[in-house]
This record gives sequence, C-alpha cells and structure tokens, in this order.
Amino acid sequence: MTAWGAAAHAARCLADPSSNLRGLHLRARAGPVRDAFLALLPPARRVPPGTDADALFGALDLPATLQAGRPVHRPGLLDGGGLLVVPSAERLEPALAARLAGALDRGGVRLLLLDEGDGNAEGIAPALADRIGPVVDLDDLSIRDVDRAAPLPYAVPDGDDAEPVAVLVAVATRLGVASLRAPMAALALARASARLRGGTVDATDLAFAIDLVLVPRATRMPDPAEPDAPQDAEPDRPRDDDPAPTGPMADRVLDAVAVTLPDDLLARLAMRAAAPKGTGAGATRKGNRQGRPLPSRPGRPDGRARIDLVATLRAAAPWQRIRGGGPGRRPRVRKGDIRLRRRESRSDRLLVFVVDASGSSAMARLGEAKGAVETLLARAYARRDHVALVAFRGNGAEAILQPTRSLVRTKRELAALPGGGGTPLAAGLRDGAAMAARMRDRGMAPALVVLTDGRPNVALSGEPGRAAAMADAEVTARALRGMALPGLVIDTGRRTSPWLASLAATMGMTAMALPRADAAALDRAVTAAL
Amino acid sequence: MTYPFAALVGQDEMKTAMILTAVDPGIGGVLVFGDRGTGKSTAVRALGALLPAIRAVRGCPVHSPAPDAVPDWVTTAGDDVVEIPTPVVDLPLGATEDRVTGALDIERALTRGETAFEPGLLARANRGYLYIDEINLLEDHVVDLLLDVAQSGVNVVEREGLSIRHPARFVLVGSGNPEEGELRPQLLDRFGLSVEVASPTDVDTRIDVIRRRDAYDRDPDGFARRWADAQDDLRARIVAGRDALAGVDAGDDVLRDCATLCIALGSDGLRGELTLLRAARALAAFDGADRAMRDHVRRVAPMALRHRLRRDPLDEAGSTSRVARAVEEVLA
Repeated sequence: MTAWGAAAHAARCLADPSSNLRGLHLRARAGPVRDAFLALLPPARRVPPGTDADALFGALDLPATLQAGRPVHRPGLLDGGGLLVVPSAERLEPALAARLAGALDRGGVRLLLLDEGDGNAEGIAPALADRIGPVVDLDDLSIRDVDRAAPLPYAVPDGDDAEPVAVLVAVATRLGVASLRAPMAALALARASARLRGGTVDATDLAFAIDLVLVPRATRMPDPAEPDAPQDAEPDRPRDDDPAPTGPMADRVLDAVAVTLPDDLLARLAMRAAAPKGTGAGATRKGNRQGRPLPSRPGRPDGRARIDLVATLRAAAPWQRIRGGGPGRRPRVRKGDIRLRRRESRSDRLLVFVVDASGSSAMARLGEAKGAVETLLARAYARRDHVALVAFRGNGAEAILQPTRSLVRTKRELAALPGGGGTPLAAGLRDGAAMAARMRDRGMAPALVVLTDGRPNVALSGEPGRAAAMADAEVTARALRGMALPGLVIDTGRRTSPWLASLAATMGMTAMALPRADAAALDRAVTAAL
Repeated sequence: MTYPFAALVGQDEMKTAMILTAVDPGIGGVLVFGDRGTGKSTAVRALGALLPAIRAVRGCPVHSPAPDAVPDWVTTAGDDVVEIPTPVVDLPLGATEDRVTGALDIERALTRGETAFEPGLLARANRGYLYIDEINLLEDHVVDLLLDVAQSGVNVVEREGLSIRHPARFVLVGSGNPEEGELRPQLLDRFGLSVEVASPTDVDTRIDVIRRRDAYDRDPDGFARRWADAQDDLRARIVAGRDALAGVDAGDDVLRDCATLCIALGSDGLRGELTLLRAARALAAFDGADRAMRDHVRRVAPMALRHRLRRDPLDEAGSTSRVARAVEEVLA
C-alpha cells in the first residue's frame, strides 16, 4: 500500500514532462481512490482493451487506401508520444507487452499501467514491469485517505549527504533487487521529485524513490547494518562489504521508508518469494488457443468465420486492371476473392501434480515420490508440456507452482518441498482440480497426476479425523469425475491401498503403485492414461 | 545514438562472445540467458555502432555489396555503393511470419495492381545481426523458420503467387530468462555460442553501471564523444582480427585438445569441435596472435560447449561447472 501523500506526489512526477520517467504501475481497483489519482494527471490517451498492434503502432489504413488509391498510413496511438494509459494491463497480450517494452526502450512515450489483478495469478508482463519504475498500490486506501494536502510520509533525520546513485544502489542491493533497471528508475523518480519540491535530490526524495521503486521489488528484508566486520563466511552471497560512504545515509533513508512499510511486509515478501517470479510464461504468454496461422482459404462468409480482409484484397489486387479498377478507383472485389481467416487450434498440455507431502507419506516415500515426479517432468520437458505443482500437508493444500514450462523452477520448488503433518487429500484434489479447471478455461488440456499413500486424515474443513477425511475425499472425487479430467493416481504407500484404487476409479483415473513404477512403467502409464 | 559498446561495465563473457561473432560471423549465433536488467539488450543494440560500416548498394533492402548482386525483385536500389552501419535488427516477440519473411506488398498491389515483394526483417538483417529478446517465448514455428534461414543463409518465400529468394546471412542473437520458460532442447545447439549473464553482485560495479547509464541518458552525444577513443580502439581490433583470421592456424595439438574436450563432455556430433576451433581461432585473431593456442581453447570452451552437453534436464550441477571441470581435467 502506498500512502496517499506519496501516491499524489508520484502522479505529479509522472505529469511533469521534463522528468525522465518511463511510466508508472498503478495497482488499484476501479473506484473513487483510483479516480482521484487519475484526476491528478493531465488528460492522456487511453489504449482501449483489445487494441491490436496496428492501432498502437500505426499501419496501412485499408479503407482510406482503397478510397484514395494510394497508400494511406494511419498513425498509431504510440506515435504521438507522451502519456498513454493502459487499462487492464495485467491482461495485456504478451506480444503487445513485448512491443510496448520495445517502445519504452526507444523512448518518447510513458505508460501508466492500470493493474486490476489480484496480485497472485496474473501480473504485468515481466518485460514491461521491469522497465516501468514506480509502483503505486492504492488497493487498501479508502476515499477518506484522499487528502489534497497530504504530505510525503517520510521523515528522514538530517545528516551528511551521500551521492544519490550510491545510496540507491546500496539500498537496492540490501533489498535484494537484482535488475539494474530498478535503481535507474529510482534515480529518475528521485530527480523528478526533487525538481517538484524545488531543490536538489535530498534524503526525502531518495526515501520516496526507494519506497515506490525498490521496496515493491524487494526479495528480502534489509539486513540491519553491521557496523562490525562481517564474520560471514559465505563467499557466494553478495555482501556490501564496503558500505562506508553510503552506509549512514542508506540506513537513515531505509529507516524512514520502513515507517511506511506495512507490518506484514515479511509475510508478503515470503509470499512473493513463493509466488512465481514471471507470469508463468509458458502458460499464459503463449496465447494458448491460437496455433500457427494457416493460410487463408477461399470461402463464403457464414457469420462464424472471420473474413481475412487483407488476404481478400491481396487476392483481388492483381486483377484490378482487368476488372476496370486501378488507381483512384474503387477496388473491384468479387465473391471469389473472399478469403477466410483460419488458425490451427492447439492446446498445450498441462500436467498438474498433486503431491502428498504429509508426515505419513513424507517420511518414508516423499523422496521416491519426488523421483517419480522428476521422471515425469523429464518427459514433460521433452514434450513441451506445462507443469504445475499442488502440495497438500498439514491442514490444507497449496499451489506451489503455477503452470510453467520452466523446468529449473519446477525442480527447485520440488526439491524445497517440505514434508510433515496430516494428509488433507480432499483439499489437494480440490485445489488440483480447481487449477486444472482454470487452465482449461484458458485453452489448455490439463491432466492430474496424484501422488499419495491414500491415508487421508484431515477433512476439507481442516479438522483431523480419518473417517471424515475419507468421506470428503470420496465426495471430491465424485465431483472430479464430472470434470472428466484425464489423470493418474500413483500410490506411494508401502502397501497398496485398495481404497485409493477405488477412489481413482471414482475419478475415472488409472491407479498404479509406486513400488512397481520404475521410469519406464511410469512413462507407459502416463502415455496410456493421458 | 545508442549506448557505446565499449562503455558497458563487466559482463565480459557476453561481450567476448559478441566480439567473436563479429570477427568470424561463421561461428553462428549467440544465446544469452540470464536475469532481466543485466544489459543484454543494451549490448546487442550497441553492436551496430561498434562494428565497422559495411559497403552496400544504396537503397537495397538486403544490403547487397555490389549492384550486380541486387536481387531482381528489388526496385528501389540505386547504382552506387555507400557505407552503412552494420544492421542490427530487433525482432519483437509478436512479429508475424509475414513480417519476418516478407510478404506481398499490399500497397503496390492495391495502388498499382502489381505483385511485388515487401521484404521482411530477415532481409533487413542480411549481413548484420538479428536480435530476439525473449527467444524462449517466441512462437515455435517462427523459431523454426529463423533457425532454418540462419543456417542456410537464404530466405525463400513461396506464397501468394510470389516466388522469391534472397540472401539472409546474419548472426542470430537470442536472449531470455530461463525462469520464464526454456528453449526447446533441439534448438540449443544450433547456436554457436551461449553465455549466462547475472546481475553484478558487487556494489561498486553496480554503482558504476548506474553512473554511466545516467551520464549517457543525460547527454548521449557527450557520453559517446568521451567513449569514442575506446570505441575506435575496439573497432580497430575487430577489423584487425577479421583481416588476420584467415592467417591464424591451429596446430594438431589444439585440434586434439578440442576433440578430447568434446569427448570428455560427451557432446553430440562434431558441431561442438568445429565451433570450439572456430571460436578459438577468432579469439586468437582478436588477440593478435598468429596461431590459436591451448589458452584460447580454454577461454572459449565454456561459451562454445555449455549448451551442447547431452542434457539431463534435471541435472543438479549446471552445465557451466561441468565444462569448467572438464577443462580443468583435460587441458591441465
């Protein structure tokens, strides 16, 4: 959450055309607070949702071209430069986000990204988020907090001043911000702030820039400054061994920012570390429903297929002379020229692993279960499948990994998966199915792979109790059957559980026992089941 | 005015890899994998200003070196040869196949009723560099197409009544972040060199990066002037390396080193040896040595081999350390 005083100041910085800002990332639901923030900005053009690349970057204006008989280019929204508002930026098409990132690199344009996502599942495309510096989060502010005269909420005690660059870099390092674009953006924001406040960059400007640019990207809590010689023997951990010139200043500024930090920052940091860093690139960035564009083909428009205007005109173009068209005249398009748009539709496969990390399973067999998952992962890698990971233990289930194609990350999350606690099988199945359903809506073809020893003892409510847990699991399984998800249940128990086999049958999935599941058998089972 | 290549701080392996492809474009492309904000894009885009100008027919979309080499579909080319900067072309993630390979020129089709070819990005990249940021997120069919053209050096367009071929010899530079998706394993070893970049961990280096970038942002021209000498020196070394390359030989012992190293690492096929040797010779030429030595092999081995290991995608130890180990053992 950003204090209103800081948010308003950021808006004024963005509105100042002489500042070097690339834009601003605004996390806020539509509402009076957001409207109050937007009211501080000069009128800006909006990019309507669903805008295509041509409208943004300019293209040949076909109707005008046809009319005029000479090429007429329509300028894109970006050509004007200046501030551009991008609503629903978290849903921006990946291709468009990439081109906007390129436009930012070329300069001359500023983007105000309106992010209405809930911060978990979806986010701004990483390429764009990395280039946009300040992040303003208005989600928890109410209209009562909006105060025209709110001051900057930083009180930095006076002291010797250090060079802004050094302070920003030192703080970025201590917050674990890897990208070097972040301190650059912080510097631009601090300068813009100083210009507005009528002076050179001082500690307050730095605190402001750190709060808006560096803190939202933090991957760890700042270590308390260590005045004594560090006795840390870890050679590979980056340490600011020489904080001498910037230490005091960086400390003071960080302390000032820390006042505005919410108490739950640590928890949020932990959550962010667990949440995927990218947006699950393989999953959502691919534009899943659309495969390779196939050549348009002649046909009659029937209301369902879209006419490929360009291909149609291309088909008609060579005949214009013969048909009596030509420069300055209306193009003569005949029925036979009509081309329909076609796309190969394709669904990427998604394997949702639902892994039992409970005490009963973990102690004995979690390692083997991980081995089985790795075997399947290697296969998924070769087939370019996406994978997701849901683990259940204690009194609930948790989505450890959103769908991704990154094997590196999957492997890391899997290795770090702790074991212990009860066995809330029903919760695992429910969350796995929910993820599968969500991804199916996005055009993927999900399949479940459940690894458990089949001895649930925690019910959906989180209450312990074997009977209730088994009953809940059976109810969930019946619900799953309705989804007709392909899947596989791997019994990781020391002895196979007949109950688990019947549960698998209820879900319409194959069951197999891990003791006999060597790599080849797993492979065959997956191929057969999915 | 782009950021001067010579002013880039650190990232020596990435810079070396790019310079080697400038000395000997035959090495093949460069794959740069690593975190965001580590200077990947800046380095590639800086190449255009660093590399010596090429001589090309004025107005020719494929930068033909002489008027008689201009493809017959080109109508815009002049008769004279001018100097142009080495082309560095950005391929955006959302580029359609049409934009990449070129397509029917709609303007001319509509306004003049002619079937004409509108060259795409592959034409513009001829004799230069084609840069793809986030190559790991590019549509598979576009990647296939790019690699095919990069290998054959010819772009063939057969559609919409067009039948066009034009030279498309370029160095492919791909970058991406493996955390966001991986490159298909089949594509990895089509790249000549691969480097891994990480954000510098040393505070002073980071401060240096920000300071220089800031100085550049405030006054690009002044910054370029201050770095002009360093830039010229580097360019001169590249040019000298290019000229010397043909005369740099590699003895049997070096060939043996290359082969032993590749066998020790179990790299598939002979592409590893060939690239290793080429890269070692290019490095020797850039260094001004008249023959490639074991030391050159040692220095280029990681970038030439790390992406060619038979890949166990679940292997815990990184390929980089495997190569380093093999180099230690074999080239002791």
